Amino acid sequence: MEAFTTHTGRAVPLRRSNVDTDQIIPAHWLKKVTRDGFEDGLFEAWRKDPEFVLNRPERAGASVLIAGPDFGTGSSREHAVWALQNYGFKTVVSSRFADIFRGNSLKNGLLTVVLPQETVEALWELTENDPAVEVTVDLVAREVRAGGLTAGFDLDENARWRLLEGLDDIDLTLRNAADITAYEARRPSFKPSTARI
Amino acid sequence: MGRTLAEKVWDDHVVTRAEGEPDLLFIDLHLLHEVTSPQAFDGLRKAGRPVRRLDLTIATEDHNTPTLDIDKPIADPVSRTQLETLRRNCAEFGVRLHPLGDIEQGVVHVVGPQLGLTQPGMTVVCGDSHTSTHGAFGALAFGIGTSQVEHVLATQTLPLAPFKTMAVTVEGELPEGVTAKDLILAVIARIGTGGGQGYVIEYRGSAIEKLSMEARMTVCNMSIEAGARAGMIAPDETTFAYLKDRPHAPRGEDWDAAVAYWRTLRTDDDAVFDREVVVDAAELAPFVTWGTNPGQGAALSSAVPDPASYSDPSERLAAEKALEYMDLTPGQALRDIRVDTVFVGSCTNGRIEDLRAAASVIEGRDVADGVRMLVVPGSVRVALQAVEEGLDKVFTAAGAEWRHAGCSMCLGMNPDQLAPGERSASTSNRNFEGRQGKGGRTHLVSPQVAAATAVLGHLAAPGDLPGLATDVRTPVEV
Ligand code: SF4
Repeated sequence: MEAFTTHTGRAVPLRRSNVDTDQIIPAHWLKKVTRDGFEDGLFEAWRKDPEFVLNRPERAGASVLIAGPDFGTGSSREHAVWALQNYGFKTVVSSRFADIFRGNSLKNGLLTVVLPQETVEALWELTENDPAVEVTVDLVAREVRAGGLTAGFDLDENARWRLLEGLDDIDLTLRNAADITAYEARRPSFKPSTARI
Repeated sequence: MGRTLAEKVWDDHVVTRAEGEPDLLFIDLHLLHEVTSPQAFDGLRKAGRPVRRLDLTIATEDHNTPTLDIDKPIADPVSRTQLETLRRNCAEFGVRLHPLGDIEQGVVHVVGPQLGLTQPGMTVVCGDSHTSTHGAFGALAFGIGTSQVEHVLATQTLPLAPFKTMAVTVEGELPEGVTAKDLILAVIARIGTGGGQGYVIEYRGSAIEKLSMEARMTVCNMSIEAGARAGMIAPDETTFAYLKDRPHAPRGEDWDAAVAYWRTLRTDDDAVFDREVVVDAAELAPFVTWGTNPGQGAALSSAVPDPASYSDPSERLAAEKALEYMDLTPGQALRDIRVDTVFVGSCTNGRIEDLRAAASVIEGRDVADGVRMLVVPGSVRVALQAVEEGLDKVFTAAGAEWRHAGCSMCLGMNPDQLAPGERSASTSNRNFEGRQGKGGRTHLVSPQVAAATAVLGHLAAPGDLPGLATDVRTPVEV
């Protein structure tokens, strides 16, 4: 996984709440068997509208998504994260993320930043008034900075460390292989096996 | 201090625990399907890692599978590739797979319980958010992303930060004609689609205890629609009776040891939940959704709400957008909403009791002119049982289509889809924009409401139907 330390880029203000993963990437895109090539499916239905914020020329190349509350609800599809990343987003800001989406993002190095709704509103206003304004998401300082605005954010220490280092979860877990084996040895015999009977 | 059911199951699966780190939890059962696994197998292949516990892993095909002409090659080449990829991966890594055409094939969350693989006190995961279904057995069951699928394949564990706990207590008797589906839709409308966020919900109280196993699965299934990571119900005699003699249930001494353990899986009297919600069962009524998220629902007897009545600005905006997408006007009676399609199926309501319930309403009646009704069993086993009971004949005699098992119209990944602008009453779990096909409009309903709606052509409950001249068979006890 690519490490995330700090990122600066222009933003897309997405004034919608409850953006579910079916909106982020519709189901028919889920038939692909790779992790890339999802960029054209991102918000596919809404992108048919030329006025949709992502289609505005001044938003081209933006890499920070500023979303409404309850972003990423619904289906657990990790494709939603890949679609955002394939499109070029490095980080998503919202006042509330759905749990699975958040977990998926952090595992892929897409930083999800939780800020109070007032701060999100302020960022919306700022980036709507001036599409050229750059937003910095600094994981080292745990800060979002844009225009005159500075807002701190929380992220649990372990997730932050893995993002900063770009560490692969599976490697980390396999360091505990002996503990897993010991646990397996003490599992009760009545637990089911999927072996055919 | 006592512990909740969720905390007990969690504690029993901790492999390692260290200050400042997530717990490493052992996973007892890993279910796979074709959509969220290809990139995970790819990752294993690239890293040269095997599947650690093939004996705790099982796969089925469901999302992409057609429900007609299943003996012919799959028409959509992209769907075909995805299914072929799963078959190749399972063969290469040695994973047990139930492909299209196999007697154990079906929706992953219907297959696990019916094989007896889902048992109390287990940790169950699947790259699918409706894994919460399995919580009906008192298992800690939750959906994971593809990176986590790879992680479980490689290590049989997951690093996880603890959940918060919420009790949803439903006391009293459900009124006549009110089902588990109505109950869970009402709970979601009450706590909101984000209300369960970060929580494992335990459903408890006398109304929950009286539910059958299948009804409990309907409730737990939609926990994710309230934003919760999982839903759980403490195992009891109903659970044990359901499991006894299932193919993968313990036998002999193992059964006795298992039941003795399962009986310990209850929330202690002095345990404290982080949040509690109390629902009076007697106040519940048949419930349907009018909007584009599962929290936008109301009693069938009420009307489409006025967005102006919401004080929260983002809820008001969401309601406005929903009404526009759904082409509804504030104040319109929900019963006046006409539908084109009725779908009975999915991992929410595609089990045998659901089909019996829908059949008992539609028997001797006809699907309204201009309405198509699809009845899709959740698994091949459910289909066989339904045929044995003659339910397929009841449906086809009424003019409904009887299909093969799969996810079908629950989501627009296979040929069963709504056309743009088409409106459905659906027993599935999501009414998101385009979920059942681009531009499709979905109203979530119970199987009974689905059947009554099919007969009248507008949203309706069985009580709205005129009596039959001939005697209808008494509905099977559910
Ligand atoms: S039936 Fe629907 S919700 Fe259930 S697994 Fe299939 S697509 Fe998902």
